[in-house]
Amino acid sequence: MPADHVHPVNFDPTDTGHDPHDHDHDHQGGHRRRAVRIGIGGPVGSGKTALTAALCRALGDEIDLAVVTNDIYTTEDADFLRKAGVLAPERVEAVRTGCCPHTAIRDDITANLDAVELLEHRFPGLELVIVESGGDNLTAVFSRGLVDRQVFVVDVAGGDKVPRKGGPGVTTADLLVINKTDLAPLVGADLGVMAADAHRVRGGLPVVAQSLVATPDAPEVAAWVRAQLRTLATVR
Amino acid sequence: MDAAPMDATALLLADSRFPGGGHAHSGGLEEAAARGLVTDEPSLASFLLGRLRTAGALAAAFAAAATGGGDLGALDAEFDARTPSPAQRAASRAQGGGVARAARRAWPSARLDALLAAQPRPHHPVIVGLLVRDPRDAARVVAYLAVTGPASAAVRLLGLDPLGVNAVLARLAGEVDAVAADAARHARTAPEDLPAPGSPALDLLAEAHDRHHREEVRLFAS
Ligand SMILES: Nc1nc2c(ncn2[C@@H]2O[C@H](COP(=O)(O)OP(=O)(O)OP(=O)(O)O)[C@@H](O)[C@H]2O)c(=O)[nH]1
Ligand SMILES: [Mg+2]
Repeated sequence: MPADHVHPVNFDPTDTGHDPHDHDHDHQGGHRRRAVRIGIGGPVGSGKTALTAALCRALGDEIDLAVVTNDIYTTEDADFLRKAGVLAPERVEAVRTGCCPHTAIRDDITANLDAVELLEHRFPGLELVIVESGGDNLTAVFSRGLVDRQVFVVDVAGGDKVPRKGGPGVTTADLLVINKTDLAPLVGADLGVMAADAHRVRGGLPVVAQSLVATPDAPEVAAWVRAQLRTLATVR
Repeated sequence: MDAAPMDATALLLADSRFPGGGHAHSGGLEEAAARGLVTDEPSLASFLLGRLRTAGALAAAFAAAATGGGDLGALDAEFDARTPSPAQRAASRAQGGGVARAARRAWPSARLDALLAAQPRPHHPVIVGLLVRDPRDAARVVAYLAVTGPASAAVRLLGLDPLGVNAVLARLAGEVDAVAADAARHARTAPEDLPAPGSPALDLLAEAHDRHHREEVRLFAS
């Protein structure tokens, strides 16, 4: 939204004209160099870790990157990434969320910010941090205080009604990934319906349908990530 | 009794919705639950009372002392000296660091800058005391959090009835106030003369939690 062209609405009838928006503009020191942060969210088992690993494989040679995982139960995601050999162990940080994965990415992002800053401190040239949320429900989205862009991953096996259900993850994520398209014939899911519903509820935001079995390096998502890095680098 | 209401800054800091990272800490409750030491409302009540009178009372005294304008660096070091478990020291600094991040945005001040320049991750009671004006309010915030954090973890981990757990907390309210009132006497106490209540059981649970997390799985950071 072009915020500079919109006159802010004033809800306070007792206010005598002073603009409350004037104080807080520069709170983050605006132009500090820091890594771009991309969140990957979505329901349990939809393929977030598999996508993260794919992106590390696809981008690891060209981009200085690291990963924060928020697995609910275990350090399994972090271990998987380390064992998959796609990322050096010291480039993966696991956050404990106290049973509340959505809280840790949205309402209270302290532990995730700590992890991101630790990685930035450890790797001063870091360009990209991928934050994988713990598997959660369709309403779980990342705070903009934590990430610059977010990807929401749903899978075909969850049923072709998922995009129609909507929810902020599906409707507002910067990129929606419909994963595991290879399973569509097995579960009787109609990919055409899923794509059409997704485009309808997202008002023009991009959608990628993929199978990590067919394309293990997630080329379309990797291309989108490269484009985001270019855009954010010029903004910064 | 205290007639003056708590100031709203103290309420923000005590709120479980305050975004300072507290929600991921169970104060030893997760380890106690994993060992079958806390299983229901009565055992939770006993755990919380013990925690309030030890870790809670310690935090309350330091929060009260930090309102007094004394040497916060010395207070921070004295809190280290009274916290034998490295895991507990780390948990306190993680939560103090979370408050610090929020405070830089919400309550900027020269005193805050000075503390954070010397110690970027101060102990939780120290920075709470810096931010809250009244010693009893500051003490009450940390005493309250000493029991509400683990209580909330018990609801999440054990599936206890939230209304029942809330009733357990309500029955502890008088004790929280008493701990805070007692701690408020220490607003001007020199750091090295502050009391040192401790709980070996909590120290051991904190260390066991940390060790278990490396071997298997823990959901909370402490
Ligand atoms: N057939 C198929 N399986 C996939 C695909 N992508 C991921 N998987 C499998 O789906 C399962 C779950 O994938 P993960 O990447 O662990 O899912 P996640 O979203 O990270 O899961 P949580 O973190 O537990 O919520 C694994 O067994 C993957 O191998 C795909 O495109 N096709
Ligand atoms: Mg995962």
